[in-house]
Amino acid sequence: MSELRGSSLTLTAGDKTLVEDASFSLERGEFVALLGPNGAGKTSLIRTALGLEKKYSGEARLFGEDIKGLSPMERARRIAYLPQIRPLAWPNIVRDVVALGRYSHGAAPGRLSSLDALAVDRAIEACDLVHLAQRRTTTLSGGELGRVHCARAFAAEAPLLIADEPTAALDPRHQFRIMELIKSYVESGDGALVVLHDIQLALRYASKLIWMKDGRILASGSPAETLSVERLQSVYGVRARVEGLKVELDGAL
Amino acid sequence: MKLKGRISLYLIAAGVAAIFAACLLGSTPMTAPRVYAALIGDGGAGDEIVIWSIRLPRALAAYLVGAALGVSGAAMQGLLRNPLAEPGILGVSSSASLTATFVVYYGIATASPWAMPISAIIGALIATALIAFTAIHTRSVITLILVGVGVSSFAGAAMSLLMNLAPNPFTLSDMINWTLGTVANRSFEEISLSAPFIVSGSAILLTTRRGLSALSLGEEAASGVGLDLRRQRILTVFGAGLATGGAVALAGAIGFVGIIAPHIVRPFVNFDSGRTLVPSALLGGALLVLADIAVRLAPTENELKLGVVAALIGAPIFIWIAMQRRVIHE
Repeated sequence: MSELRGSSLTLTAGDKTLVEDASFSLERGEFVALLGPNGAGKTSLIRTALGLEKKYSGEARLFGEDIKGLSPMERARRIAYLPQIRPLAWPNIVRDVVALGRYSHGAAPGRLSSLDALAVDRAIEACDLVHLAQRRTTTLSGGELGRVHCARAFAAEAPLLIADEPTAALDPRHQFRIMELIKSYVESGDGALVVLHDIQLALRYASKLIWMKDGRILASGSPAETLSVERLQSVYGVRARVEGLKVELDGAL
Repeated sequence: MKLKGRISLYLIAAGVAAIFAACLLGSTPMTAPRVYAALIGDGGAGDEIVIWSIRLPRALAAYLVGAALGVSGAAMQGLLRNPLAEPGILGVSSSASLTATFVVYYGIATASPWAMPISAIIGALIATALIAFTAIHTRSVITLILVGVGVSSFAGAAMSLLMNLAPNPFTLSDMINWTLGTVANRSFEEISLSAPFIVSGSAILLTTRRGLSALSLGEEAASGVGLDLRRQRILTVFGAGLATGGAVALAGAIGFVGIIAPHIVRPFVNFDSGRTLVPSALLGGALLVLADIAVRLAPTENELKLGVVAALIGAPIFIWIAMQRRVIHE
């Protein structure tokens, strides 16, 4: 049984098809990178698979259960979702934001059971935020804020994680730090699906790549199986040289 | 947690003190022992009438109204993620007073004592639902505020029409009282007609405060951590509509309490929307009782209306908050 399986997912908005007949799976211990150019439908695909889109066809199953039948809290306990990072509405405190990751366990900032508090502390520790725990999020740098959101997702202690461009707008050092955090999450036995724009980063960390374009999944498999000059051409429209798992991009076609 | 527990305790004490002060002060000041004796039913007959029929119901009405507006404002700000969202600004109070006036004007109010509070609540619910609906379809906070201003203007215009068509000066003066907002001459009976709505609306809002905290992350991430967004929207709109409608039924349209109370409270609860609700209600109640004392003591020939004073103090604070606000969403 797959932990998360999307079968023939199709999502349309008006007369535009955002996702077309997409099937994929995510297992524990897997680090999946979802790749594709802007507008390929990556975010739409994960939103559909999470049951956040209502009018879709096909089926998404989370641990064998239809995602439609799960309440938002039940879903969130099994799969943590880290959408593209937006600024917070209020200048909240770091620890309170991480505590929101325990929402699906019935907790709220300032109302944490000892179990919740432990999970929050562990996540803060794992993401190297101990010294920032009492800071307001408005005073953090982009990289620090990215770690806060990672900690929030980890605090849920869900067996699966979906992250949408967690490294966007971060400098290389912070991109690596976020990817290392997700890597250690996967190494502890959980599964992660991460939307990435950076091919090099995906090759470095992912055990499986899903290539998407125009709402369709063109290929899915290990980097060694699916990476090729032709693939980069057809998906991204770029000229590239490929040598093993090394890629050099030469320019647009 | 500790901080919040303490701030709520202080605010409860402040509320009780304000209500007691409201009993002490007035055209004939009374000493504390006399007020206390009258409160426990051990005073002179005259004192007991002044306290139990005039001052105490008036102070309690002010407290209830302030608390309802404070908690509604805090909840709407949490839902819309905007410190400027408030029942008055968004036209909820004016819509409620419009429907209430309409019922009074057409004499339906004489049919049942519940007609007026219920019509005020219907007006409030229509406006809150419209605002929430707009919020779903636009990400722009400015659009949202403008829609609120539109709702408010429309309700104001319709109100003017009703005044224009008022059959006699008494009806007209009644209507003016509604738009200005006052808790003068309120009885326990009138309080008992509004209180159930205010209490149940506030209770609904309190049950959803966890979701308001989660909304700090934005709607997408809040759904991600397990928030049922649809349910949260419906309950917040419904709760705020009930509480604001109940407040308007009791006192007419009183603005700005719902913006000031949460604004003061927020830093004490680390800007966590969920935790602003209770202290905002407590502070809103205490503030309005104090404002009403000021209204009663002001040496003017005609008694000032509470809503007028609230707006005179509140509007400049609103402008100040708006100017302080950093642009994060646009």
